[in-house]
Amino acid sequence: MMNRRDVLKLGAMAGLVALSPTVFAAALSGSDAKPGRLLILIELKGGNDGLNTVVPYANASYYALRPKIAVARDQVLQLSDHAGLHPAMTALLPLWQANQLAIVQGVGYPEPNLSHFRSIEIWDTASASDEYLHEGWLTRVFRQQPLPSNTLADGLIVGSPELGPLAGGARAVVLSGNNLNGGGMQMAQQAARTPALAHILKVQQDLNVAATGLAGPAPQLNTTFPEHGFGKTVKTAVEALAKNGHIGVLRLTLAGFDTHVNQQATQQRLLKELAEGLAALQTGLTELNRWNDTVITSYAEFGRRAAENKSGGTDHGTANVHFVTGGAVKGGLYGGAPDLANLENGNLKYAIDFRQVYATAAGWCWGDAALSPALGGSYRRLELMRV
Amino acid sequence: MRYPACVFPLALLLAGPTCAAPLGDANARLLLNRSGFDALPVQIADYAKLEPDVAVSRLLKASPTVAQTTPPEWVNDTQLRPARLKDMNPDEKRELQKQFRQRGIELREWWLTEMLSTPSPLTEHMTLFWHNHFVSSLEKVKAPQLMYRQNVLLRREALGNFGRLLHGIARDPAMLVYLDGARNQKGQPNENFAREVMELFTLGEGHYTEADIREAARAFTGWSINPENGEFLYRPRQHDDGSKTVFGKSGHFDGDDVIDLLLARPETAEFVVTKLWREFVSPEPDSAEVKRLAKLFRDQQYEIKPLMAALFTSPAFYASAGQLTKSPVDLTVGTLREFDVQPPDLRPLLFLNRQLGQDVFAPPNVKGWPGGESWINSQTLSLRQQFLARLFRADTEEGGAMLPPRMKRGFYEPDLASFNDRCPKACAIKALLPLPPDPVPEGDGTAVLRALALDARYQLK
Repeated sequence: MMNRRDVLKLGAMAGLVALSPTVFAAALSGSDAKPGRLLILIELKGGNDGLNTVVPYANASYYALRPKIAVARDQVLQLSDHAGLHPAMTALLPLWQANQLAIVQGVGYPEPNLSHFRSIEIWDTASASDEYLHEGWLTRVFRQQPLPSNTLADGLIVGSPELGPLAGGARAVVLSGNNLNGGGMQMAQQAARTPALAHILKVQQDLNVAATGLAGPAPQLNTTFPEHGFGKTVKTAVEALAKNGHIGVLRLTLAGFDTHVNQQATQQRLLKELAEGLAALQTGLTELNRWNDTVITSYAEFGRRAAENKSGGTDHGTANVHFVTGGAVKGGLYGGAPDLANLENGNLKYAIDFRQVYATAAGWCWGDAALSPALGGSYRRLELMRV
Repeated sequence: MRYPACVFPLALLLAGPTCAAPLGDANARLLLNRSGFDALPVQIADYAKLEPDVAVSRLLKASPTVAQTTPPEWVNDTQLRPARLKDMNPDEKRELQKQFRQRGIELREWWLTEMLSTPSPLTEHMTLFWHNHFVSSLEKVKAPQLMYRQNVLLRREALGNFGRLLHGIARDPAMLVYLDGARNQKGQPNENFAREVMELFTLGEGHYTEADIREAARAFTGWSINPENGEFLYRPRQHDDGSKTVFGKSGHFDGDDVIDLLLARPETAEFVVTKLWREFVSPEPDSAEVKRLAKLFRDQQYEIKPLMAALFTSPAFYASAGQLTKSPVDLTVGTLREFDVQPPDLRPLLFLNRQLGQDVFAPPNVKGWPGGESWINSQTLSLRQQFLARLFRADTEEGGAMLPPRMKRGFYEPDLASFNDRCPKACAIKALLPLPPDPVPEGDGTAVLRALALDARYQLK
């Protein structure tokens, strides 16, 4: 039987650089079963300012709260009669027009915590605000319901060394460019003496499995990836997927959103990277014939304070807006538009629990069975998937 | 590892931490490697003969407050940048950025040189600990002079007094830039410093309210810097002189008052002791021991040396071999010290440490490097192995194949033969690993050294 590497070699020898997407994807999955559905999480690290991302441009309070940094009404990319995208996000418009971009407003949780570190822990572990858990929520999903045995890794992580929702036991592999290798440690099945040693041995084993499955040169893709940092993150992820599609989750991180000072230029750059990265993901996944079985969702530790501060920035806040997209997503505005007349200590109240977003995406990928134990309760799915 | 004779369980119950028997090899190794970087076999033998109290006071006594390595000349430049960046044309701005980048590299080279050559590895380890506690980063601060001055402060108080250090940090120009204090003005204060000083520098999350943060931020208004020379500058017109209420106490507080309120809270000592425990003892702090040490820390008015002495003579410390993961700096600096490698060029080392997740002067965020098991993921483990394989030439073809290009040529070569002469197999096993290897590598000579360095236990301390 021909293995995947032979297929690639054969392609190269025959000069078939530009295989059609379908043929290419089929060749890569070889004789194996078709990969399952794919969840892509995009972390907007630092706490993206949602109010300047999806702008309530018809709301006078918004302009009163942000005299220096508000996005002008005539600048926004209008999505409805009250919501408009930040102008740096034009690359998202085709997805919106194709009705595959869902925008969920007011995502948060009760008793919000305004610490970066505590709040991202709450998001990563899907815990209550006063509950301290040590395992990522996806680790719990995959413990309840392991992925098929031909799965290369539960998750691939690009753009951050932190395992986040995959911490605490999932088979997670951190990718950086193409630096995977099998490593040279001789340590087969040694008894672990301390938890620290056990951890190293486990990472080594995950690494060996992933290195075997992701060996070989990067495939030739037709998709053009943006040159910026997040574009490279997306490229690394899509190329890994092209080599072996049997992956449960991709977690990509775009960092730098903690804009206490001079927010405008920084956020402008980051939102452009985000929008262009999402567009490249759509193109790349379509080329791999995976767009229709993928759901992508953004997340962050919190949104930001409704009012700007005196340094042209915003301090830590609470509820936030997030994007959900994929071939099976029903585009549109979901959740609750920001209620600027009804703030709590200057912060937005939440309308959608973040665990509902997780339940929507993970439930669509792997069914509902594992969700209640993993999310610590039953969370109603949002009606934003077509199937 | 065995306990020293003095901390057998019975003695532990009766006598507490003091003890009269000599340390022995294993405990001497633990003390030296944990407090500093990998110790040489001759140093281990030297300390093995000492009783724990004596060994620890010797370590603490020999701790300088200034670096011995000469810093780059530019650290004394009084002109940081023009007062108004707007006055610079694009070429001048590019030139300034280039200069900052170049100097950032020189600054890292300076500190790594000090770590590699210092006679007091404890001082550098503590300086690094405080760098990871009172985090600032070149990524945001930009001006390397300011990061140098902060580093000088951290070293001066590395084993000095925590209260003085905290007051110093609150006025430290690099910190004022990093956490936006320099931009904190009356009217709409910027909460960044007020929040992190409570959450990450003193009390820990959950021991303050959002209202405390808002009020404390007002107290710090007006603490700024002169952008031209980078010195601390108090701007009275931007200071909010009104009454504030922090932790239930009211007054016309300024920043120093808030720092004193923080130092008066018992949670502060417990928070710092817990963090020191995780750095020097084990990932699982013993809460009774933390309380005991925190009380001692407060009773000693936050003097750091008595606290470290108590930590390094506690029974739990000598029962913790192999429970901590080496940081990238532990691994790289420790290995180069252990095998007496004198790098002609430190840039490959800087680059490697960045790839391994510990770029000094540029921690990832205000919480610093999380450390512990998180140092090891699939990416960093494979790079650690490649570094060691390359260093020990275990696998010249494959081992170097995935190395970043800048590391491929002329990387450091240790003199394994002379190490093997000084410390043959039985000595090397004890000197290089915190836990016994299983199985013990076959053969002898330099091949054993390679096998030990590639053992998973070499990643532990």
